Amino acid sequence: MENKKKFELTKLLAPAVLVILYAFFSLFGKNFFSVDYLINILDGSYYIGFMAIGVTFVIITAGIDLSLGTNMMCAALLGGWAFNTLGWPMGWCLLLVVLTGVAMGFLNGIMVAYLKLPPFIATLGMMMMGMGFGAIVTKVQTMRYPTFGTPEGWFKNVFYKTTDGIPLGAIWLIGFFIVAFLLLNKTKFGRYTFAIGSNIEAARLSGIKTRPWLAAVYTFCGFCSGLAGVMYAAVYTSIIPSTGNGLELLGIAGVVIGGTSMSGGTGTLVGTMIGVFIMSVLKQGLMSMGLQSHWQTFFTGVVVIAAVLLDQYRISRGNQVRRA
Amino acid sequence: MAEVLLEMTGIQKYFPGVHALDNASLSVKKGEVHALVGENGAGKSTLMKVLTGIYKKDDGIIKFRGQEIEPIGPKHSQALGIGIIHQELNLMPHLTVAQNIFIGKEPTHGIFIDQSSENKQAREMLKALHVDIDPTIRAGKLTVAKQQMVEIAKALSYDSELLIMDEPTAALTETEIDELFKVIRDLRDKGHGIIYISHRLDELPEISDRITVMRDGQYVGTRETKEVSKDNIISMMVGRTIYEKPKSHSTVEKNAPVVLKVEHLMGGNTKDVSFELRKGEILGFAGLMGAGRTETMRALFGADPATGGEVFVNGKKVHVKSPNDAIAHGICYLSEDRKAFGLAVGLSVRDNCVLATMDEFMTGPFTNDKKIDEKAREYIKKIDIKTPSTKQLVRNLSGGNQQKIVIAKWLIRNSNVLIFDEPTRGIDVGAKQEIYKLMNALASEGKSIIMISSEMPELFRMSDRIIVMCEGRVTGEVDISDVTQEKIMTLATMNM
Repeated sequence: MENKKKFELTKLLAPAVLVILYAFFSLFGKNFFSVDYLINILDGSYYIGFMAIGVTFVIITAGIDLSLGTNMMCAALLGGWAFNTLGWPMGWCLLLVVLTGVAMGFLNGIMVAYLKLPPFIATLGMMMMGMGFGAIVTKVQTMRYPTFGTPEGWFKNVFYKTTDGIPLGAIWLIGFFIVAFLLLNKTKFGRYTFAIGSNIEAARLSGIKTRPWLAAVYTFCGFCSGLAGVMYAAVYTSIIPSTGNGLELLGIAGVVIGGTSMSGGTGTLVGTMIGVFIMSVLKQGLMSMGLQSHWQTFFTGVVVIAAVLLDQYRISRGNQVRRA
Repeated sequence: MAEVLLEMTGIQKYFPGVHALDNASLSVKKGEVHALVGENGAGKSTLMKVLTGIYKKDDGIIKFRGQEIEPIGPKHSQALGIGIIHQELNLMPHLTVAQNIFIGKEPTHGIFIDQSSENKQAREMLKALHVDIDPTIRAGKLTVAKQQMVEIAKALSYDSELLIMDEPTAALTETEIDELFKVIRDLRDKGHGIIYISHRLDELPEISDRITVMRDGQYVGTRETKEVSKDNIISMMVGRTIYEKPKSHSTVEKNAPVVLKVEHLMGGNTKDVSFELRKGEILGFAGLMGAGRTETMRALFGADPATGGEVFVNGKKVHVKSPNDAIAHGICYLSEDRKAFGLAVGLSVRDNCVLATMDEFMTGPFTNDKKIDEKAREYIKKIDIKTPSTKQLVRNLSGGNQQKIVIAKWLIRNSNVLIFDEPTRGIDVGAKQEIYKLMNALASEGKSIIMISSEMPELFRMSDRIIVMCEGRVTGEVDISDVTQEKIMTLATMNM
């Protein structure tokens, strides 16, 4: 009983950290406790949030996707290129962004599930290919999306903010979170995601076609990166080629802070969202205290390490497979 | 006469170089528990793998419910109504009991899984088995015994009429075994056929109706359990002729000193092991799979933590906490899996030879390759390692020569007690002879050897004395001068 209680407590740690951080910065930050800052916190978490949701699925299968960041950038670059160079209407461009993400995720899935490459290697390669491909197509030109008020700028009003400043991006993120939550916890897709991460051999022997399901998980993650690309374009407007590496680590950090184990089989999307917001609160909070963004990087590192130490502690509590 | 459920006849299975199943057969009736027994490597598992379609048979007929079947995989055999509960349980520890039972066939409501119906059905199935398990708990939190019940429920959820259980009691306690037997009897009374594979001959009268014995991939015979004694079964299991002549008597000198003494060693699967090893002695360790011989040696060597017991080297008590300590006391362990534990196969012959003695081959901060080379050459000659050069990568050598390099490594380290774990596994007949020769030479030089082996002819030929283990305990000791296969097998199946 005692054991169980302690175990539950560790689950509450991430939300508690979020609340404590928020309270801390509200007390010591300048103007931190305000609607503006809250909106800033939300704005900074959209694209990371989408990436983190996708990669949560991948990490639950005991895999990893390092191509999140450049995949997102590549997708956004292609969309911008279609808009600027090919003159496509905005709607088609956004569809291209999402489909680029899907395609890259699909390739990851094929490499991991069918060609049996270690996920680290497959997605590392894809990370570099994505970064290079975006730069090649755009001839290393920065791609600019239309701004607010321009005829094609409607998408910013839809995905980022209304003209009255209502943060629609947050609505999209929360909406998508709910969809992903149902997908992970209520459908076969989610069930098999856990099963694969828990014991892929047992899943296979139970008659589950593990390869297509695993490929689907990576494809879904790519889809999320594509959505992240749409959000990124909506918020930041200019997309610079040969960037995006490093962003995947923010997504992964969010997942890890949220308590999803890198060894697979367990994980929650609620945790992931909390992890993403912890990073965002850190960033804005430290800024409100007049500290530069490298402080945020530093403290995010601290939080990641603390979170993984906690993960190990959880694992060592002995709820692992007993093998005869 | 009950209806025949399964009939396997004339099953043949060849692997490269091995005739794994030679005209094997098995017949199981409805409503019976049919025990399948045999020594390690008798072909029980291979036969079951043929039945569940993991291996494709080369010849023979499988009839199930009167119809000929050709299982092509576990999924297929499952659909036909043949369920298997592996010794290594195949559950997903992070999923709940109900999720495990219904994996691959979840009840759904549109695109969503109907979790409440899933839990409800799982609860009913477990209730029908008369076991008390909460279906919403994570499978990884259950004891092995309960995980096994979940596996049984899972197998039954496919309407399995035939259940195969591979060593189901191996990891269970007394009371858990009683409960398992209750469930098995219950299933039998409901008309299921059960193939029960076990090394524990003592439990067969309690649970089985008939017993089929296999040996060397062949069918030996089937008996009504009531009509045979344990001794009958043992003689059926071991009734092979040994071609190689066993050692006639121990070659250890009468008053040879005891170099290693182990008292009440415990740890992991090792429950209580005591023995003595004399100078120049080859001490064989016999036992069936899972008897705890390897675990004992790993605990002795410090590779796994020992939880109790004392070790004396040359009469002095020593504390072995890690392999490093053991090596310092002159004990070395040559593991069964040479590639994983014994050798750095990507390195050269000479580097492997001095891997455990690196400090002696340094000049300041640098390795002295010349000195290493000389030493390697010396041992290549001494124990006759066949390699084109000292720089050859170990990966490219044959199994027998790899084994010799491990031996060279420990000899260079000046080890006096060499523990060989299945020293000839996976190497060919010619190389085996050389390893035997080398072991004998080492013993006559005054080294002491412990040899774990699952091959009785090998044990008989090499050992001066044989210690038999069963389930983590020493069940007996036999001098080579009056050893018989029956004696060893009786001790190896003696549960204490």
